[in-house]
Amino acid sequence: MKAAVIVFPGSNCDRDLAVALRAAGFDVTMVWHKETGLPGGVDLVGLPGGFSFGDYLRCGAIAARSPIVGAVVDHAKKGGYVLGICNGFQILTESGLLPGALMRNRELKYICRTVPLIVKNADSPFTSGYRDRQAIDIPIAHHDGNYSADADTLARLSGEGRVAFTYAANPNGSRNDIAGILSENGRVLGMMPHPERAADPALGGTDGRALFTSLAQSFAEA
Amino acid sequence: MKARVHVMLKDGVLDPQGEAVRHALGSLGFDEARGVRQGKVIELDLEDGTSEARIGEMCEKLLANTVIESYRIEIL
Repeated sequence: MKAAVIVFPGSNCDRDLAVALRAAGFDVTMVWHKETGLPGGVDLVGLPGGFSFGDYLRCGAIAARSPIVGAVVDHAKKGGYVLGICNGFQILTESGLLPGALMRNRELKYICRTVPLIVKNADSPFTSGYRDRQAIDIPIAHHDGNYSADADTLARLSGEGRVAFTYAANPNGSRNDIAGILSENGRVLGMMPHPERAADPALGGTDGRALFTSLAQSFAEA
Repeated sequence: MKARVHVMLKDGVLDPQGEAVRHALGSLGFDEARGVRQGKVIELDLEDGTSEARIGEMCEKLLANTVIESYRIEIL
Protein backbone atom coordinates (compact mmCIF):
# COMPACT_ATOMS: atom_id res chain seq x y z
CA MET A 1 0.00 0.00 0.00
CA LYS A 2 1.77 3.08 -1.23
CA ALA A 3 0.66 6.65 -0.75
CA ALA A 4 2.17 9.92 -1.97
CA VAL A 5 1.51 13.18 -0.13
CA ILE A 6 2.04 16.22 -2.34
CA VAL A 7 3.82 19.19 -0.77
CA PHE A 8 3.17 22.68 -2.15
CA PRO A 9 4.73 25.90 -0.92
CA GLY A 10 2.28 26.83 1.84
CA SER A 11 1.06 23.30 2.62
CA ASN A 12 0.85 22.91 6.39
CA CYS A 13 -1.02 19.64 6.97
CA ASP A 14 1.22 17.48 4.80
CA ARG A 15 3.10 15.89 7.70
CA ASP A 16 -0.09 15.36 9.73
CA LEU A 17 -1.62 13.57 6.74
CA ALA A 18 1.49 11.41 6.36
CA VAL A 19 1.36 10.48 10.07
CA ALA A 20 -2.31 9.46 9.80
CA LEU A 21 -1.67 7.41 6.63
CA ARG A 22 1.38 5.68 8.13
CA ALA A 23 -0.60 4.81 11.26
CA ALA A 24 -3.14 3.09 8.98
CA GLY A 25 -0.35 1.05 7.36
CA PHE A 26 0.54 3.08 4.28
CA ASP A 27 4.08 3.45 3.00
CA VAL A 28 4.16 7.23 2.46
CA THR A 29 6.42 9.28 0.18
CA MET A 30 6.38 13.08 0.26
CA VAL A 31 6.40 14.55 -3.26
CA TRP A 32 7.37 18.16 -4.03
CA HIS A 33 5.04 20.08 -6.36
CA LYS A 34 7.70 20.62 -9.03
CA GLU A 35 7.97 16.89 -9.70
CA THR A 36 6.34 15.89 -12.97
CA GLY A 37 5.54 12.31 -12.02
CA LEU A 38 4.40 10.24 -9.05
CA PRO A 39 6.65 7.53 -7.56
CA GLY A 40 6.02 4.13 -9.15
CA GLY A 41 3.26 1.95 -7.73
CA VAL A 42 1.43 4.67 -5.84
CA ASP A 43 -2.13 3.62 -4.92
CA LEU A 44 -3.27 6.79 -3.19
CA VAL A 45 -2.38 10.45 -3.58
CA GLY A 46 -3.01 12.83 -0.69
CA LEU A 47 -3.46 16.55 -1.34
CA PRO A 48 -2.98 18.18 2.06
CA GLY A 49 -4.46 21.22 3.74
CA GLY A 50 -2.73 24.56 3.96
CA PHE A 51 -2.46 27.70 1.92
CA SER A 52 -0.71 26.62 -1.26
CA PHE A 53 0.84 29.60 -3.05
CA GLY A 54 -0.60 31.90 -0.39
CA ASP A 55 -4.14 31.37 -1.71
CA TYR A 56 -3.20 33.88 -4.43
CA LEU A 57 -5.74 34.38 -7.24
CA ARG A 58 -8.14 31.79 -5.77
CA CYS A 59 -7.59 29.08 -3.15
CA GLY A 60 -5.94 26.12 -4.87
CA ALA A 61 -5.91 27.78 -8.31
CA ILE A 62 -2.16 27.96 -8.78
CA ALA A 63 -1.47 24.59 -7.15
CA ALA A 64 -3.99 23.01 -9.53
CA ARG A 65 -1.79 24.14 -12.45
CA SER A 66 1.50 22.92 -10.96
CA PRO A 67 3.44 20.14 -12.73
CA ILE A 68 2.64 17.41 -10.20
CA VAL A 69 -1.10 17.98 -10.34
CA GLY A 70 -1.04 17.05 -14.04
CA ALA A 71 0.32 13.67 -12.90
CA VAL A 72 -2.32 13.46 -10.15
CA VAL A 73 -5.08 14.09 -12.73
CA ASP A 74 -3.65 11.29 -14.92
CA HIS A 75 -3.51 8.99 -11.88
CA ALA A 76 -7.18 9.72 -11.11
CA LYS A 77 -8.22 9.27 -14.74
CA LYS A 78 -6.62 5.84 -14.71
CA GLY A 79 -8.76 4.90 -11.71
CA GLY A 80 -6.25 5.84 -9.01
CA TYR A 81 -7.32 7.05 -5.57
CA VAL A 82 -6.99 10.67 -4.47
CA LEU A 83 -7.82 12.22 -1.10
CA GLY A 84 -7.95 16.02 -0.95
CA ILE A 85 -8.43 17.66 2.44
CA CYS A 86 -9.26 21.35 2.89
CA ASN A 87 -6.87 23.15 0.50
CA GLY A 88 -6.58 19.74 -1.18
CA PHE A 89 -10.35 19.80 -1.83
CA GLN A 90 -9.99 23.29 -3.30
CA ILE A 91 -7.21 22.00 -5.57
CA LEU A 92 -9.44 19.10 -6.68
CA THR A 93 -12.27 21.44 -7.72
CA GLU A 94 -9.83 23.86 -9.38
CA SER A 95 -8.27 20.99 -11.36
CA GLY A 96 -11.68 19.75 -12.47
CA LEU A 97 -11.37 16.34 -10.78
CA LEU A 98 -14.38 17.24 -8.63
CA PRO A 99 -17.28 19.50 -9.62
CA GLY A 100 -18.24 22.82 -8.03
CA ALA A 101 -16.16 25.42 -6.22
CA LEU A 102 -15.28 26.44 -2.65
CA MET A 103 -16.22 30.04 -2.00
CA ARG A 104 -15.67 32.45 0.88
CA ASN A 105 -17.52 31.38 4.06
CA ARG A 106 -20.98 32.89 4.34
CA GLU A 107 -20.05 34.95 7.42
CA LEU A 108 -16.72 35.95 5.83
CA LYS A 109 -14.85 34.59 8.84
CA TYR A 110 -12.10 32.04 9.12
CA ILE A 111 -13.57 29.17 11.16
CA CYS A 112 -11.36 26.89 13.25
CA ARG A 113 -13.29 24.49 15.46
CA THR A 114 -14.47 20.91 15.70
CA VAL A 115 -17.85 20.39 14.06
CA PRO A 116 -20.29 17.48 13.86
CA LEU A 117 -20.57 15.76 10.48
CA ILE A 118 -22.97 13.15 9.18
CA VAL A 119 -21.65 10.27 7.10
CA LYS A 120 -23.96 10.31 4.08
CA ASN A 121 -22.37 7.50 2.14
CA ALA A 122 -20.77 4.68 4.13
CA ASP A 123 -20.20 2.51 1.04
CA SER A 124 -17.19 4.26 -0.46
CA PRO A 125 -13.59 3.05 -0.05
CA PHE A 126 -13.01 6.14 2.13
CA THR A 127 -16.00 5.69 4.42
CA SER A 128 -16.67 1.95 4.70
CA GLY A 129 -15.44 2.00 8.30
CA TYR A 130 -18.30 4.29 9.30
CA ARG A 131 -21.98 3.49 9.69
CA ASP A 132 -24.50 5.09 7.39
CA ARG A 133 -25.73 8.36 8.99
CA GLN A 134 -23.09 8.11 11.73
CA ALA A 135 -22.39 11.43 13.47
CA ILE A 136 -18.67 12.17 13.81
CA ASP A 137 -16.71 15.12 15.19
CA ILE A 138 -13.99 16.46 12.89
CA PRO A 139 -12.15 19.80 13.01
CA ILE A 140 -12.55 22.39 10.28
CA ALA A 141 -10.11 25.24 9.67
CA HIS A 142 -10.92 27.31 6.62
CA HIS A 143 -11.93 30.67 5.22
CA ASP A 144 -13.19 29.36 1.89
CA GLY A 145 -15.21 26.22 2.50
CA ASN A 146 -18.58 27.34 1.23
CA TYR A 147 -19.35 24.63 -1.32
CA SER A 148 -21.10 25.96 -4.39
CA ALA A 149 -22.36 24.20 -7.50
CA ASP A 150 -25.27 24.65 -9.90
CA ALA A 151 -28.59 22.94 -9.23
CA ASP A 152 -27.97 20.16 -11.79
CA THR A 153 -24.61 19.29 -10.23
CA LEU A 154 -26.09 19.28 -6.71
CA ALA A 155 -28.92 17.00 -7.85
CA ARG A 156 -26.46 14.67 -9.55
CA LEU A 157 -24.17 14.52 -6.49
CA SER A 158 -27.00 13.62 -4.15
CA GLY A 159 -28.76 11.31 -6.65
CA GLU A 160 -25.58 9.32 -7.25
CA GLY A 161 -24.68 9.02 -3.56
CA ARG A 162 -21.61 11.16 -4.10
CA VAL A 163 -22.09 13.35 -1.02
CA ALA A 164 -19.76 11.62 1.44
CA PHE A 165 -20.20 13.96 4.42
CA THR A 166 -22.55 16.77 5.37
CA TYR A 167 -22.38 19.28 8.23
CA ALA A 168 -24.89 18.59 10.99
CA ALA A 169 -24.99 22.38 11.60
CA ASN A 170 -23.86 24.27 8.50
CA PRO A 171 -20.94 26.50 9.56
CA ASN A 172 -20.04 28.14 6.23
CA GLY A 173 -23.06 28.35 3.92
CA SER A 174 -22.25 25.26 1.84
CA ARG A 175 -25.03 24.28 -0.53
CA ASN A 176 -26.95 21.25 0.77
CA ASP A 177 -24.67 21.30 3.89
CA ILE A 178 -21.99 19.57 1.81
CA ALA A 179 -18.70 18.92 3.62
CA GLY A 180 -17.19 16.31 1.28
CA ILE A 181 -17.92 14.80 -2.13
CA LEU A 182 -16.82 11.81 -4.21
CA SER A 183 -15.96 11.53 -7.88
CA GLU A 184 -18.15 9.56 -10.24
CA ASN A 185 -16.09 6.38 -9.73
CA GLY A 186 -15.94 6.94 -5.95
CA ARG A 187 -12.15 6.99 -5.91
CA VAL A 188 -11.56 10.70 -5.45
CA LEU A 189 -12.73 12.30 -2.20
CA GLY A 190 -12.54 16.00 -1.44
CA MET A 191 -13.54 17.28 1.99
CA MET A 192 -13.09 20.53 3.92
CA PRO A 193 -12.92 18.96 7.43
CA HIS A 194 -9.59 17.51 8.60
CA PRO A 195 -9.80 13.80 9.49
CA GLU A 196 -6.01 13.74 9.98
CA ARG A 197 -6.48 16.15 12.90
CA ALA A 198 -8.79 13.64 14.59
CA ALA A 199 -6.84 10.45 14.06
CA ASP A 200 -5.07 10.09 17.40
CA PRO A 201 -6.30 10.46 21.01
CA ALA A 202 -3.43 12.91 21.64
CA LEU A 203 -5.07 15.25 19.13
CA GLY A 204 -8.32 15.30 21.06
CA GLY A 205 -10.35 12.98 18.87
CA THR A 206 -10.25 9.78 16.85
CA ASP A 207 -13.35 10.06 14.66
CA GLY A 208 -11.21 10.69 11.59
CA ARG A 209 -9.17 7.53 11.94
CA ALA A 210 -11.77 5.28 10.28
CA LEU A 211 -11.31 7.16 7.03
CA PHE A 212 -7.67 6.07 6.81
CA THR A 213 -8.33 2.54 8.04
CA SER A 214 -11.22 2.20 5.55
CA LEU A 215 -8.83 3.09 2.75
CA ALA A 216 -6.19 0.69 4.03
CA GLN A 217 -8.75 -2.07 4.20
CA SER A 218 -10.01 -1.47 0.66
CA PHE A 219 -6.46 -1.77 -0.65
CA ALA A 220 -5.82 -4.88 1.44
CA GLU A 221 -8.92 -6.49 -0.07
CA ALA A 222 -8.04 -5.47 -3.63
CA MET B 1 0.50 46.07 -25.36
CA LYS B 2 -1.62 45.91 -22.29
CA ALA B 3 -4.91 44.21 -21.57
CA ARG B 4 -7.19 44.28 -18.61
CA VAL B 5 -9.25 41.27 -17.53
CA HIS B 6 -12.32 41.85 -15.39
CA VAL B 7 -13.37 38.80 -13.38
CA MET B 8 -16.79 38.78 -11.73
CA LEU B 9 -18.87 36.16 -9.97
CA LYS B 10 -21.58 34.93 -12.32
CA ASP B 11 -25.11 36.18 -11.88
CA GLY B 12 -26.92 33.99 -9.39
CA VAL B 13 -23.74 33.09 -7.47
CA LEU B 14 -24.05 34.54 -4.00
CA ASP B 15 -21.35 37.13 -3.27
CA PRO B 16 -20.95 37.36 0.51
CA GLN B 17 -18.19 39.97 0.24
CA GLY B 18 -20.26 42.23 -1.99
CA GLU B 19 -23.15 41.81 0.41
CA ALA B 20 -20.94 42.86 3.35
CA VAL B 21 -19.85 45.95 1.42
CA ARG B 22 -23.48 46.78 0.66
CA HIS B 23 -24.26 46.55 4.38
CA ALA B 24 -21.39 48.85 5.21
CA LEU B 25 -22.54 51.39 2.61
CA GLY B 26 -26.04 51.25 4.11
CA SER B 27 -24.68 51.90 7.60
CA LEU B 28 -22.91 55.00 6.22
CA GLY B 29 -26.23 56.29 4.96
CA PHE B 30 -25.85 55.24 1.30
CA ASP B 31 -29.26 53.59 1.22
CA GLU B 32 -29.43 53.95 -2.55
CA ALA B 33 -26.79 51.20 -2.91
CA ARG B 34 -29.22 48.34 -3.42
CA GLY B 35 -26.69 45.75 -4.44
CA VAL B 36 -22.91 45.37 -4.55
CA ARG B 37 -20.94 42.73 -6.44
CA GLN B 38 -17.20 42.56 -5.93
CA GLY B 39 -14.81 41.25 -8.58
CA LYS B 40 -11.18 41.62 -9.51
CA VAL B 41 -9.20 43.35 -12.21
CA ILE B 42 -6.06 41.76 -13.64
CA GLU B 43 -3.71 43.84 -15.79
CA LEU B 44 -1.58 42.00 -18.31
CA ASP B 45 1.56 43.38 -19.91
CA LEU B 46 1.75 41.41 -23.17
CA GLU B 47 3.91 41.02 -26.24
CA ASP B 48 2.58 43.24 -29.02
CA GLY B 49 0.17 41.45 -31.30
CA THR B 50 -1.12 39.00 -28.68
CA SER B 51 -4.58 37.95 -29.85
CA GLU B 52 -7.71 38.31 -27.81
CA ALA B 53 -8.26 34.57 -28.32
CA ARG B 54 -4.93 33.92 -26.60
CA ILE B 55 -5.96 36.10 -23.64
CA GLY B 56 -9.25 34.21 -23.60
CA GLU B 57 -7.27 30.99 -23.16
CA MET B 58 -5.43 32.55 -20.19
CA CYS B 59 -8.79 33.36 -18.64
CA GLU B 60 -10.22 29.89 -19.25
CA LYS B 61 -7.14 28.07 -17.99
CA LEU B 62 -6.22 30.14 -14.96
CA LEU B 63 -7.42 33.70 -14.47
CA ALA B 64 -11.11 32.88 -13.98
CA ASN B 65 -12.80 29.82 -12.49
CA THR B 66 -15.59 29.53 -15.03
CA VAL B 67 -17.60 27.34 -12.66
CA ILE B 68 -18.43 30.45 -10.66
CA GLU B 69 -16.87 33.40 -12.47
CA SER B 70 -17.28 35.22 -15.78
CA TYR B 71 -14.64 37.41 -17.38
CA ARG B 72 -14.39 40.30 -19.79
CA ILE B 73 -11.27 41.24 -21.75
CA GLU B 74 -10.39 44.84 -22.43
CA ILE B 75 -7.50 45.59 -24.78
CA LEU B 76 -5.88 48.87 -23.74
